[in-house]
Amino acid sequence: MNARAELPLHAPGTKTDKGYIGQSVPRANAKRLLQGRGAYVDDLRFPRLAHVVFFRSPHAHARIKRLDLSKAARQPGVIACFDGRAVAEYCTPWVAVLGHLKGIKSPPQHAIAIERACWQGEAVAAIVAETRTQGEDALQLVEAEWEELPVVTDMDDALAGRYVIHPDLGDNVCFKRELVTEKFDEVWKQADLVVEETYAFGRHTGVCMEGRSILADYNAAEHSLTVYHATQAPHMMQDIFSKHLNIPESSVRVICKDVGGSYGIKVHVYPDEMATAAISVMLRRPVKFVADRLESFLTDIHAREHKATVRLACTKDGKILAFDVDDVTAIGPYSVYPRTSGIEGNQVVNLTGGPYAHREYRAKMHVVFTNKNVTCQYRAVGHPIAVALTEGIVDLAADRLGLDPAEFRRRNLIPDDAYPYTAASGIKFEKLSHQQSLEKLLKLMDYDQLRAEQAELRKRGIHRGIGFAAMIEVTNPSPAFYGVGGARISAQDGATLRLDPQGAVYVTCSVTEQGQGTEGIFAQIAASAVGVTIDKVRVSTGDTGVMPYGGGTWASRGAGIGGEAVLQAGRALRSNILDIAAAILNVDKAKLDIVNSEIVDKLTSESKMPLAELGRVAYFRPDTLPMKFQAELTVTRHYTPREYGFTFTNGIQASLVEVDADTGFVKLLKHWCVEDCGTIINPMLVDEQIRGGVVQGIGAALFEECLYDENGQLLNGNMADYLVPMSGEMPDIIVGHVETPTKTSELGAKGAGEAGTAGAPGAVMNAINDALKPFKTRVTSQPFTPEKILKALGRV
Amino acid sequence: MEHVIETTLTVNGAAVTRRIPTRQHLIDFLREELGLTGAHVGCEHGVCGACTVRVDGKIVRGCLMLAVQAAGRKVDTIEGLSDSGEIADLQRTFHEHNSLQCGFCTPGMLIAAQALVQERPDASRDEIREYLSGNYCRCTGYQAIVDAVEEVLQSRKSGVRA
Repeated sequence: MNARAELPLHAPGTKTDKGYIGQSVPRANAKRLLQGRGAYVDDLRFPRLAHVVFFRSPHAHARIKRLDLSKAARQPGVIACFDGRAVAEYCTPWVAVLGHLKGIKSPPQHAIAIERACWQGEAVAAIVAETRTQGEDALQLVEAEWEELPVVTDMDDALAGRYVIHPDLGDNVCFKRELVTEKFDEVWKQADLVVEETYAFGRHTGVCMEGRSILADYNAAEHSLTVYHATQAPHMMQDIFSKHLNIPESSVRVICKDVGGSYGIKVHVYPDEMATAAISVMLRRPVKFVADRLESFLTDIHAREHKATVRLACTKDGKILAFDVDDVTAIGPYSVYPRTSGIEGNQVVNLTGGPYAHREYRAKMHVVFTNKNVTCQYRAVGHPIAVALTEGIVDLAADRLGLDPAEFRRRNLIPDDAYPYTAASGIKFEKLSHQQSLEKLLKLMDYDQLRAEQAELRKRGIHRGIGFAAMIEVTNPSPAFYGVGGARISAQDGATLRLDPQGAVYVTCSVTEQGQGTEGIFAQIAASAVGVTIDKVRVSTGDTGVMPYGGGTWASRGAGIGGEAVLQAGRALRSNILDIAAAILNVDKAKLDIVNSEIVDKLTSESKMPLAELGRVAYFRPDTLPMKFQAELTVTRHYTPREYGFTFTNGIQASLVEVDADTGFVKLLKHWCVEDCGTIINPMLVDEQIRGGVVQGIGAALFEECLYDENGQLLNGNMADYLVPMSGEMPDIIVGHVETPTKTSELGAKGAGEAGTAGAPGAVMNAINDALKPFKTRVTSQPFTPEKILKALGRV
Repeated sequence: MEHVIETTLTVNGAAVTRRIPTRQHLIDFLREELGLTGAHVGCEHGVCGACTVRVDGKIVRGCLMLAVQAAGRKVDTIEGLSDSGEIADLQRTFHEHNSLQCGFCTPGMLIAAQALVQERPDASRDEIREYLSGNYCRCTGYQAIVDAVEEVLQSRKSGVRA
């Protein structure tokens, strides 16, 4: 059974209405997906639809000497073939930099490469055909001659700069940042103990079940473009299609129906998708592109390729004084548009050491270009790196001091009464609950008992390990995240609510749905705020033609920002409904309320009128209302987080593993997560966000890596060789909550989408190293494959 | 010209005759020719299970079987199983436990789950996890799926449909 909410359903201190907030209501709009009646881009049917496939570079870095599309163009069903120059006439290139990431640089990038391909899989030609099959047949007849160029695959080589990938930029450094607190050197000298370790993180990717999908439909008569797009940010894409295809923003409409998983993968601008939109304009007809699995592995953004050395200084009685981190991350040949590929490294600088009360900090970070696929923001951006670095070195320090890792954390986590608090890296916390979360976790997992069991089993040669990972998670970003840097990515969101004649409430919001349940929680918030039963609420999202303007879905912002907009709109609608009720009933508005879709007397709860009757009068017999009264049954409200740069959530995870010292296999026995996402709108959905996130983090820790050889060739671009977590290997995951609502909004929700992914890899790593303790060895390079563990054990 | 074979098969209870290219996979035939878009194309190499459909009562990967191989056979898809009510209890428990997020894997997952419930009425949690290991879900982390299937196993055994 699902662990039903054990938390207080209504957090103390929240200012939300009663009703559906805090209840595990099954998700609105999920039933159609259960019957196979969803509408993903590839399910849509259009007259005159053309299909585009791409000829992609087989080399990691090569000059195009000759490209002959003539044979392909003569194949049955082929409509047109285009190279990069042809598409560039309709689609301008972009440069992915942001003003507030000082010094970040990247070369111009085209929809289809011109002259040179910089990673294996970069599109260099497009074939458009009546069917995908015909397009793929013709692809085999594209003739290309290449001049191979030197390939940079190693991040240290890139940093050393012996070969510069983009000579115009001068070196291979996309972005660098240094940070040091004033008294760092002075305090560092006072340390009784300094521990140091180097950690490596393989690059991995989102592996959405649905490949990237786009169907662009250009209407030449209107010079307008409608794009059906599997994207997380429809308004951002509207702006970008408008800008680069030179179509007025008001004539571009982006529609985002069902999306088959995104996790950050579908929030970026992809050259082949821009090319698809351009080709629709060129051919004046609808054109579709759906990435197949190989294309997904070669071109969906990758993430996380980092190598970092981290040091921790502490006193002999176990007080952490300072962290010192030096991180290098390799991002492929281009910074990704428009969010840039500088953010993940930047997050590592911001977040390393984040849960702890040390006052001194030094960080150095380099983002370098290589000839592999691009990397960019994927679920929990930078957090899994920062958490693993922090928690790995914290465990090592505890071990050297002879302290239990839980006790060492208890002594150093920021005290719960210290808020508001500015961390050593400069980030500001409104209110977190690290200590409470730790105690709750220890109780939930029965920590002492687990340690006793571990000791007992060790005597029998069974090697179990327990690992912790405390974490903070950036949520609800203010305009400080992208807007101040010049990116046209909205930090505010809006919601429109409309009461219809029969008493139904229609909700539309600029935050989109990719399965996390935003539409479900919006229904709960709207029903609670207006006072209707939830069966009367309909929610739709994902259409720039009808929804209010907003940022969409990323950075765990749906509940905190979109939810607050729905709450505010709901309250305003409730007030407007009561105005009408007061006019119809000729009573004081203050004496009326709305409960369960009825206008009631506030004092006696006596039913005065169903909302359906109010709707009838307001829409069809407004002549019966006072002469100057106009009913307003559609309301829009917006919300922007302003007080803090980000809302932060916190939590702590624990992993219990068993390591087979003969085979190197790690068996996950159990995983726990206690987290604090503020007001919990739907406990079941929050738990499922945490569990899904944890499993993606476990994938990173144990299985997933995009493996490249020294020539920049991807070695495992298919699902048989790139391993993802399947149900058989995954443990049950116990989720607990502490609820500290943010006071910056009335809803108090902080966000929950990424915490699981942020903390799981660090917890698993620490658990493995705890299991390996009797062998006096450690592993530090993710993913922790059996081979790496056997090597650490000296057995291979 | 492409080699085609006139083929008759039964899809969701109704006979269908089409001239089918010999190289066309069953999943592409169902989606492109018949508009049955419930089963999805996830990996096209038999790993992810999103294209799972039933042929003569057995679950198959729609991307590993040619459409012409289904000649004379009975194919059931999520659309048919939904309309007949055969998996209504699984669909309900999946909804109640939130055993789906993006929903892309869900039709395949449900058809695999129905096979499990029919073949292994006594399956334990571990056995459910093992059986469903051929169906990839990136969103849920699987636990809610196991919960939903477990509930249906219990309810079908007790004779009371969930």
